[in-house]
Amino acid sequence: MIDRLIYYLGFPFVRYALIVGVLIALCSSLLGVSLVLKRFSFIGDGLSHVAFGAMAVASVMKMTNEMPLTLLITMVCAVLLLRTGQKAKLSGDAAVAMLSVGALAIGYLLMNIFTPGGNLSGDVCTTLFGSTSILTLTKGEVYLCIVLSALVLAAFVLLYNKLFAVTFDENFASATGVSAGTYNMILAMMTAVIIVLAMNLVGSLLISALVIFPALSAMRVFRSFRSVTICSAVLSVICALLGLLISIVTSTPVGSTIVAVDLAAFGLFALWDKLKTGGFIR
Amino acid sequence: MAYITCYDLALGYDGETILRGLNFQVDPGDYLCIVGENGSGKSTLMKTILGLRAPMGGSITTGDGLTQREIGYLPQQTLVQRDFPASIREIVLSGCQGRCGFRPFYNKEEKALAARNIEKMGLKGMEDRCYRELSGGQQQRVLLARALCATQKLLLLDEPVSGLDPVVTEEMYRLIDDLNKKEGITIIMISHDIAVALRRASHILHIGHSVFFGPRDEYVKSAVGRLFLSEERGGEQA
Repeated sequence: MIDRLIYYLGFPFVRYALIVGVLIALCSSLLGVSLVLKRFSFIGDGLSHVAFGAMAVASVMKMTNEMPLTLLITMVCAVLLLRTGQKAKLSGDAAVAMLSVGALAIGYLLMNIFTPGGNLSGDVCTTLFGSTSILTLTKGEVYLCIVLSALVLAAFVLLYNKLFAVTFDENFASATGVSAGTYNMILAMMTAVIIVLAMNLVGSLLISALVIFPALSAMRVFRSFRSVTICSAVLSVICALLGLLISIVTSTPVGSTIVAVDLAAFGLFALWDKLKTGGFIR
Repeated sequence: MAYITCYDLALGYDGETILRGLNFQVDPGDYLCIVGENGSGKSTLMKTILGLRAPMGGSITTGDGLTQREIGYLPQQTLVQRDFPASIREIVLSGCQGRCGFRPFYNKEEKALAARNIEKMGLKGMEDRCYRELSGGQQQRVLLARALCATQKLLLLDEPVSGLDPVVTEEMYRLIDDLNKKEGITIIMISHDIAVALRRASHILHIGHSVFFGPRDEYVKSAVGRLFLSEERGGEQA
């Protein structure tokens, strides 16, 4: 089996997939901690459906590169979602649900009307579940992904303390002069970037898993914000690597394999927490 | 010049005014209790003082060296998430965030300030404990230490003892008294416990159908105060 793995690693597209997979897993898990604690778990899901819709529009318009338009539309929606959350005319979760289902439906509708014949269900399945697109990445896409994740990582490290303050108690932060609105906006932007990137990896349906699972697992066992953040990042990278390798060797779908590994890790962490609180481990 | 001056202030939300013509001021060293019936606008007033919400009319000005950002704030306990993974040190340090500006990390003085305030609140040695595993009284002291990192001048406390048992409540009040008397920190406290307000505060602001602002002794003699006090006592006897 090791031989087979080494054989596969000889191909550049497999190495690209590993690089991109690890980077996306790292970024999404870091943002995930804040998103879960801010009760924004579903923003990832909503935005990924928006990205699906945007991608459908881009492909209907016969654009050669779908990324820029998808990124733009997703970012605009991220900002809009956060603002409706603050003004509270339409409650946050309702807004997310509406946008998410709406974008999904419109996206499918557009693809259905404007794609003559062809392999429509195959296309849709690829966009939703990411099947093999991570194995067909071009060099340019890999570089773009590296640059964007480096930006997100740098922003996260520099804003770490501010994100903590705003996430823990937004009122206190604003009252003492921290511009909570700005940091919420930056968080939304970073989320949008990561989601558009992650669509290549796991497809739009499973992105939420990448965002929330590592954070939830880490929160079962660790008790401080810093340890939860670090654990969630490490765990997410390990799960992504493991999932990718398993899927390459056993030729299972990449996205679902990674999520399955994440789910197993969550189970283990929950068990650890149970044993610890039960007094079996000291 | 007072720390805070409210002039002809009108409060409300969603376009409806619930309170108008409010005048009061807070001088350095004061211990002001804000009392009033539920729904009289206490929390709205507090958010307006903190600058989280714009007044519907009139003005709130800060002076005497106090800026809007130097108001430390202890929220009602229910507002802080109870399942949040955070250590005591992380939370207290976050009180320094306002003075960081665009600087990404805390400097030595801020870390020392946080350590001093943790010690002052009697939490030394527990810095790495998780917030959600603390008792209600300990949690309030963590948040008080955080507020002290944000200011040395004025603290705004929103029902600081709600949900605490009588012994811890008494401890909490004594801690606030000490901050006021020994450290010279000005206190604005929202409370529905009128007896405590009368025993501890130097000034009373009563809002509701009728409004009173003045020193404690005058409140007891005023028409508003007498009515409210008799209602409270009647309520307790019934």
